[in-house]
Amino acid sequence: MDPAGFCQQSRVLIVAGTGGVGKTTVSAAIARMGARAGLKVLLVEVEGKSGLAGSFGHAGPLSYRETVLSEDRGGSVRGRTLTPDDALVEYLEQHGMKRISRRLISSGAIEVVATAVPGIKDILVLGKVKALERDSDADVIVLDAPAAGHAITFLSSANGLLDAVRVGPIRAQAEEVVGLLSDAARCQVLLVTLPEETPVNELVETGFALEDRVGVSLAPVVVNGLYPALGGLDVGAATVAADAEVHLRPGEAETLDEAAAFRRTRQELQSEQVARLAEALPLPQLRLPFLFTTDVGPAELDVLADALAASLAEIPGPAAR
Amino acid sequence: MSIRELVSGASIVVCCGSGGVGKTTTAAALAVEAARLGRRACVVTIDPAKRLADALGLESLTNMPGRVEGPWSGELWAVMLDTKSTFDALVTQYADTPAQAERILANRLYRNISGALSGTQEYMAMEKLFELHQAAGVGDAPAYDLIVVDTPPTRNALDFIDAPRRLTKFLDNRLFRLLVMPSRTYLRAVSVATQAFLRTVARVVGAEVVDDAVAFFQSFEGMEQGFRERAQRVLELLADDATVFVLVASPRRDTVEEALYFADRLIEAGIGVDGLVVNRMHPRFGAVTGSAAADRSRAETLASTPLGGLFANLADFRQVAEHEEEHLAELAERVAPAPVARVPFLDHDVHDLDGLGEVAAALMAAADS
Repeated sequence: MDPAGFCQQSRVLIVAGTGGVGKTTVSAAIARMGARAGLKVLLVEVEGKSGLAGSFGHAGPLSYRETVLSEDRGGSVRGRTLTPDDALVEYLEQHGMKRISRRLISSGAIEVVATAVPGIKDILVLGKVKALERDSDADVIVLDAPAAGHAITFLSSANGLLDAVRVGPIRAQAEEVVGLLSDAARCQVLLVTLPEETPVNELVETGFALEDRVGVSLAPVVVNGLYPALGGLDVGAATVAADAEVHLRPGEAETLDEAAAFRRTRQELQSEQVARLAEALPLPQLRLPFLFTTDVGPAELDVLADALAASLAEIPGPAAR
Repeated sequence: MSIRELVSGASIVVCCGSGGVGKTTTAAALAVEAARLGRRACVVTIDPAKRLADALGLESLTNMPGRVEGPWSGELWAVMLDTKSTFDALVTQYADTPAQAERILANRLYRNISGALSGTQEYMAMEKLFELHQAAGVGDAPAYDLIVVDTPPTRNALDFIDAPRRLTKFLDNRLFRLLVMPSRTYLRAVSVATQAFLRTVARVVGAEVVDDAVAFFQSFEGMEQGFRERAQRVLELLADDATVFVLVASPRRDTVEEALYFADRLIEAGIGVDGLVVNRMHPRFGAVTGSAAADRSRAETLASTPLGGLFANLADFRQVAEHEEEHLAELAERVAPAPVARVPFLDHDVHDLDGLGEVAAALMAAADS
C-alpha cells in the first residue's frame, strides 16, 4: 500500500488509543506522510493540547481556525482544534439559537442538559467533523481522538443518544454521525498501542468493542515505540575489542555488554507483544520506531512519516474499488 | 522527608498524574510498602489493568475493601471504586425518607449523573476516601492507618478537589430552583420567561429530557445542604497535614509537561506536591562522566569493527537517559524539596503479589538512592 492510497481509504481517519501510547505523535506523523504524498490534510485536535503544533515546529497551541503547519510537494497539513464548547456555540448559532445561547451557558442550564443527555458534547464534535467532511477541501481529515478509555464512549455516543432522544435536531445530528461512523468508505479508526502488555490488552479490547458496538471499520493498527533493529549486539565487547585491537577504557567492556543485553531483552519482550497482538487482533500492523531523542520536532516527524510509509509498503493494498 | 517516610507517616496518600504513567500500580505498591512496615493500609483503585486487579483479588466488584493476604506484618486491603454504588449509598444516607431516595435513584437524570457527569468519578473517589477514613476498626481506633487513593486520569489536576463543589453547584442551578419553588407572585414573571426558555431547550433535545431534569430537582429538594456539608468535610480532609499528594509521571517530554501543569495547579491551590514518582526510566549505563555524543563518535570511528554496533547502542541509551534527566530537572525543581523516586522500566506487568512486591521494592530502592 502506498501513503496516498492509505490516506485516501476513507475521508475521515480517527486516531485513538489509551493515554501515553503516543496517539498525538502518530496523528501528526500520518498527516505529515499524507502531505508529503501530495495530499491536503486537515489535522483536528479535540482536547486543546499543545503537543500537536509543536511537533511541526509551530509555536503555540492550535485554535478553532485552521493554521498551516507544513507545506510541500503540493501537499499540506493544516491544523485546528475542535473542542466541545466551540462546537456547541457554533451549533446553537447555526440553529437560530444565538439569542438563547448566552442564557443557556450563563444559567448553567447547558450543564444540566449535557448531563441529562450524556454524549451530547461528543455528538456535537463528531457532527462538526461530519460538516468538515462535507465542506472542507481537504483530501483527508485526521482526528486525534480523546485520550484514555474515552475512545469507546466518544465513538458510541451517537448510538447511545439515538436511544435517549427520540425527536429534534440533535437526534438528526446523531443519525448523521452514525451514518458517518458506520461507512467504511467515509470513516475508519486507527488504533495506536505500545509493544507492552497492558497497552496491547487495551487495544485488543477497544478494537473489538468498537467493531461490535459502533460498527466502525478499523484501519491497520500502529505499534509505536519499537526499538529499531541494531545488529551485532550478541558479541562480547572484550573479545571483539581484543580481536580488532581496539583499546577499551577500564569498565567500558562491561558497560557495552550491559547496554547490549538490555536492548536484546527489551527487543525480545517487544517482539513477544507484537506477536501476541497479531494473534489476538487480525489486523495489519504498522510499526514506528522508538526515538532515542524523545522529543518530537519536524525532523523526528519526518523520520516517523518515512517509517510509516516503509511499513505500509509491506502490506498489500486494498482491493480496487 | 523521603517517600518511605510519607508511606510510614501519612494517613492518606493521593496519587495523581496523567494517564498511562503507572499511577494505579504505584498506588498499590505504596500500600504494599506500608503493609510491610506493619501498617494497616487500604488502596482505593479506579480502573486497574486486569492482572493487577486479579493480583489484588478484585475480580468481584463489591465496592467494599477486601483483605489481601501476603508476606507482610501489617494489613493490606484493596477496593475498586464503584462510582454508582457509592453515589447511591450517599443519596440513601441523605434522603429524608426511603421514598425520596427511591424517586431519585429511579430518575433518569440522576442515573446519568451517577454514571457519566464529568467529575462524578473523581467526587466518588474522594467520597470513598472519606468513608474509609471514618471507618472504625477495633475499639475507637480507625480501621486503616493509611489509605492510598488512585485518581482518575484527567486533564485537570484539580478535578478531584473541585468535583464535590461542582456537584453542589449543579444542584444549586438557579434556573431549575425557580421551577421547583412554590410559586410566588413576584417570581411569576421570571417563571414565564423560564418556561419559554425551557420550551426552546425541549424543542432541541426533546421534552422528556427537560421533564426528567425538573423531576430530578424536585426530588432532590432539601438534600443539598447535607451534600454541601459533606463536600466541605471532604475538602478539609484533603487539606489536612496528614494527607499527602504524590505526583506520578514518566520522563517523556509531553508527560513531564502535563506533570508540570499538575504541579503548578496543586501548588497554586495551596496543596503542594509531597513526593514525585517517575516511572519508566531508561537505565543509565556506565560512568556518569560519559556522554552520548562521545559514544556516538566512537561508534562512527569503529563502524567497520564489531564494536561499532555496541557503541551505537550505548550512545542510544545514553542519549535517551540524558534527555530524560533534562526533562525531569525542571519538574524536580518545581516540586522541591519533595523527594523524587526514579523507577526503572519494568520488564513485565504485575501478574501477582510477588510482582507487586518487586515494584514496591524497586520504588523504595529508587526513593533511597
